[in-house]
Amino acid sequence: MLHEILTVILLAPLVGAMIAGLFGRQIGRAGAHYSTIAGVAISAVLSFYVFWLYVFQGATEYNAALYTWMVSDGINFQIGFMIDKLSATMMLVVTFVSLMVHIYTIGYMDHDEDYSHDNPYYQRFFSYISLFTFSMLSLVMANNFLQLFFGWEAVGLVSYLLIGFYMKRESAIQANLKAFLVNRVGDFGFILGIAVVFVYFGTMDYKEFFAQLTTQKDVMIEIIPGVEWSMITVMLILLFIGAMGKSAQMPLHVWLPESMEGPTPISALIHAATMVTAGIFMVARLSPAYELSEVALSVVLITGALTAFLMGLLGLIQNDIKRVVAYSTLSQLGYMTAALGASAYAAGMFHVLTHAFFKALLFLAAGSVIIAMHHIQDIRQMGGLKKYMPITYWSMLIGSLALIGFPGFSGFFSKDSILLSLQATDRFGADFAFILLMMGVFVTAFYSFRMFFIVFHGEESEYVKTHKIKESPLVVTIPLILLAIPALLMGLPMIEPMLNGSYFAEAIVIKPENDTMMWVYNNYFHGALDMIIHSFVTLPVILALSGVALAWFMYIKQPNIPGKLKQMCPRGHYVLENAYGFDRLNEIVFVNGTRKLGQFFTRWVDVKLIDTGMVTNTFMAIAHSANGLRRTQTGYMYHYAFVMIFGLLGMLIWVLW
Amino acid sequence: MLTSYPILSTLIWLPIIGGLLVLFAGRNNDTVAKWLSLIVAGLTFILSIPLWANFNYGTAEMQFVEQIPWIPMFNVQYYLGVDGLSMPLVLLTTFTQVLVIASAWECIKERIEQYMGAFLIMGGIMVGVFTALDSILFYVFWEALLIPMFIVIGKWGGPRRVYATMKFFLYTFFGSVFMLVSFLYMYWQSGSFSILDFHALPLGMTAQILIFLAFLIAFAVKIPMFPVHTWLPDAHVEAPTAGSVVLAAIMLKMGGYGFVRFSLPITPDASMQLDWLVIALSLIAIVYIGIVALVQSDMKKLVAYSSISHMGFVTLGMFLVYDIVASHGTMEGAQLGMEGAMVQMISHGFISGAMFLAIGVLYDRMHTREISAYSGVVNKMPWFVMFAVLFAMANVGLPGTSGFVGEFMVILSSFKANVWYGTLAALTLIIGAAYTLWMVKRVFFGPVTNENVEGLQDLNKREFAIMATLAIAVVALGVFPAPLMEVMHTSVENLLVQATTTKL
Repeated sequence: MLHEILTVILLAPLVGAMIAGLFGRQIGRAGAHYSTIAGVAISAVLSFYVFWLYVFQGATEYNAALYTWMVSDGINFQIGFMIDKLSATMMLVVTFVSLMVHIYTIGYMDHDEDYSHDNPYYQRFFSYISLFTFSMLSLVMANNFLQLFFGWEAVGLVSYLLIGFYMKRESAIQANLKAFLVNRVGDFGFILGIAVVFVYFGTMDYKEFFAQLTTQKDVMIEIIPGVEWSMITVMLILLFIGAMGKSAQMPLHVWLPESMEGPTPISALIHAATMVTAGIFMVARLSPAYELSEVALSVVLITGALTAFLMGLLGLIQNDIKRVVAYSTLSQLGYMTAALGASAYAAGMFHVLTHAFFKALLFLAAGSVIIAMHHIQDIRQMGGLKKYMPITYWSMLIGSLALIGFPGFSGFFSKDSILLSLQATDRFGADFAFILLMMGVFVTAFYSFRMFFIVFHGEESEYVKTHKIKESPLVVTIPLILLAIPALLMGLPMIEPMLNGSYFAEAIVIKPENDTMMWVYNNYFHGALDMIIHSFVTLPVILALSGVALAWFMYIKQPNIPGKLKQMCPRGHYVLENAYGFDRLNEIVFVNGTRKLGQFFTRWVDVKLIDTGMVTNTFMAIAHSANGLRRTQTGYMYHYAFVMIFGLLGMLIWVLW
Repeated sequence: MLTSYPILSTLIWLPIIGGLLVLFAGRNNDTVAKWLSLIVAGLTFILSIPLWANFNYGTAEMQFVEQIPWIPMFNVQYYLGVDGLSMPLVLLTTFTQVLVIASAWECIKERIEQYMGAFLIMGGIMVGVFTALDSILFYVFWEALLIPMFIVIGKWGGPRRVYATMKFFLYTFFGSVFMLVSFLYMYWQSGSFSILDFHALPLGMTAQILIFLAFLIAFAVKIPMFPVHTWLPDAHVEAPTAGSVVLAAIMLKMGGYGFVRFSLPITPDASMQLDWLVIALSLIAIVYIGIVALVQSDMKKLVAYSSISHMGFVTLGMFLVYDIVASHGTMEGAQLGMEGAMVQMISHGFISGAMFLAIGVLYDRMHTREISAYSGVVNKMPWFVMFAVLFAMANVGLPGTSGFVGEFMVILSSFKANVWYGTLAALTLIIGAAYTLWMVKRVFFGPVTNENVEGLQDLNKREFAIMATLAIAVVALGVFPAPLMEVMHTSVENLLVQATTTKL
């Protein structure tokens, strides 16, 4: 029975997507959103059931094949399910957020005046987000690397299609190309990681892979002659490169800010709540392997911490409402990654969960503002929106407080468990990472409330004064409210089982000596409420609150300070403005470099060396004579044929005799 | 043999005779020419299905064999048969044939009966190439194919068609002469022209190396491999749409087929000695040709280079076995590479065919293939672009499409042979995506910038049917490749044994 339920969970969104995508014209707008919402709702309800079964009833892990994709060389390549607490939780998050986004989209797309109404773009949009849900589910439900890679690439495809959804807009189609290519750089590492799995483990199946880890853990490989590396470390770093692409870790983060070209609902669903956490999920899923390599974990830790801090800094100077949220996503993904690097997989996943809700909430609230502002996204043109949009205001406040880790909110628990775990580990780079993440807390609070104050408080701009701003319709605000509830409350009941490891149980494997969360649990934890009370005297909360205070001071109390600061250190501003120069570097070295190389190859090797050098001399003579031949026989096609057939036959006979 | 009639002969001669019939019956009557051609092609495809339905999966022996003396004096036989390596290619040929005929329906205005006839004849000859088990018969089909293709490009081609046809002809002809000499040498050694007898023929190292190189020249030109690839982009650019489709979908496969039918089993020791050469050229194809594809300004040229790059996976996958045995001591992993190569051939048949048909759809409307002449096609042709993007994604090797299967298998296997092979081969993930999607962006997306694009009409029913058929094929093979694999297993295992058993 479970097998059938899982199959339905996986396929229902696909069916919805196909109905809306292929028959969009026939079924119309309403038909499209009803069919896709029905599909996702079925998935969500059943996922909730599976979640209940696993997390509350403690059902045993389910691992079975759906069908055999192919068999070659004695290896089974299968499509199947591995359901445990980890995947059950992810399934619920994916389907629930997706359902909210589906509903919200009805309202959002209705106000989207960019598009002519004869084109079934509305249906297409619903088809894409349902297709995305299917792809993401196949990723998290996978029981093998092949399917993981399938889901991995499929969510990338949908992301590509959705970032470029406004296909007439040059910036959108530039952004989606970039997103796909940067992700492909990650996937390049990822597929090589899978190749290592294939070579040394001879299987694609997670369980068989895990079972062999103990026997294979000391294998060394020589990639550069004379230098030996641990095979496990190489494999894990390669796989992590894939995660860096998908979860936008430096230096493969460059695509995520630009992905904001896509419509806001998908920024919430794909580029905040679910797809970008695929990398985190993958590492957590492979925790039995990651535990075996200190080096790989250090790489993960440092990458995450750098991303968390440096990307947070960029959030300080953004003026596009979506970009502020996008940079905060990058930064938060860094926190999750750093948690993984500290062997606190559960903390990383915990943050994935809370982040999914509060970040989806923030994005959808931002989208609600964008609807009200008639698709203006520049926060400098907003201000004083609080009185026009109360529901959006409160949702945004809840989301922001959760984001900065205000005590009691969901994000507080998950972020604090990350910070505490980092304190507890002595892995290489942990101190450095801890400092970065601490500074990140302050930065996060500052940029979040900078935006919040500018948009909702502050002085009303000319635009707000002269236009009619009103709260968004119910289809928009209801998902906001439904998302605000978990963003506010979900941390409280989850913190204890997360810390003591009982939440994910066997789904995550940690060496006892690496189990930083358990250490935190034993040494610091005295109940969730106690954690809230004590937090007011701990550094993270003090930092967060001072960040909020400073934002208030600089943007409400003394709004002339930011301009002065900018004048005082133009160089710092220049560096941030250019996002540390990653884009320029890529443009110059990789894009133009490859193009130049291609031109060089075409012009000099293919044309000059091969065609002119090797071929032309022999060829020209014959071409000339053939040209003459052709002139004498214009119109008589068959003569050619006959001449050639007889020529061939003649040659054959001549050779044979 | 479960069928009572000579099925392979039927598949060869039905289209050839049908083609001749079209030439005469269709003269001055386009409707007759079109429908007759479609019926012949369709019938051939239907008749080829029993090949799969009645195929015996358990044996590597030739099946559906027909063997009668042809030129008894030299022991030349009319000898046909298929195994798991050739049967899928025969089906690919008959399948593509139907689409090719359908694709020419409206766009060819003059002498359509000759055009259709030429393609039908080509179809029969290509089945002949994949089924011939006598080397002379093989050679006759191999060379005979040049004629209709030469005519098609020379007659219905673009402005530089004479240059292109001559280049095409010379290259391939030059290549195959060496092959013929090898056949004659082996006949002199064995007293038979049968390819299966060649497989069993003991050969010394020098002889093997010479024969291997002779084969390599013949097949490398056909595939084509670097550095004898420059004829292909020119031929594609000048060829009419259907010509490009046949060229890319089937003719290129003849080279790959040659390696598995001739080089590996006949000269295993030389293959082992010289595998580095093929592997190096394959990796150059994947990386270098991919980078060249990036900067093409002509859509057909771009897809032609992309074809060469993808065929690099075919040749790479075929020659991995020796390095795998050398570094791991067992053949495990080699079958994956070999089967990956075979799947890549079938998949590339679908995808490249589809890409060229898609370009043909645009060319019929706009009469240009310059990327810069297009922008925002999606605004006028949404259905067309849906298919085109699907095929582009298949070209990029997205999982769930057929393009992924072969590439994935070959990358895994090559990584096992040597980490660097795998790494270089995997670069296609980035390069392939770059050249394909950059073209997609410039041609399909963006605003409509000129009035020619403004006037575009979306697919008509005929075009829709062609595109949909290929789309189904691409997705079906990507989602469920197992049935195709099962056909090949026994023959590939047998081939690997042949390729690793010394003949010295």
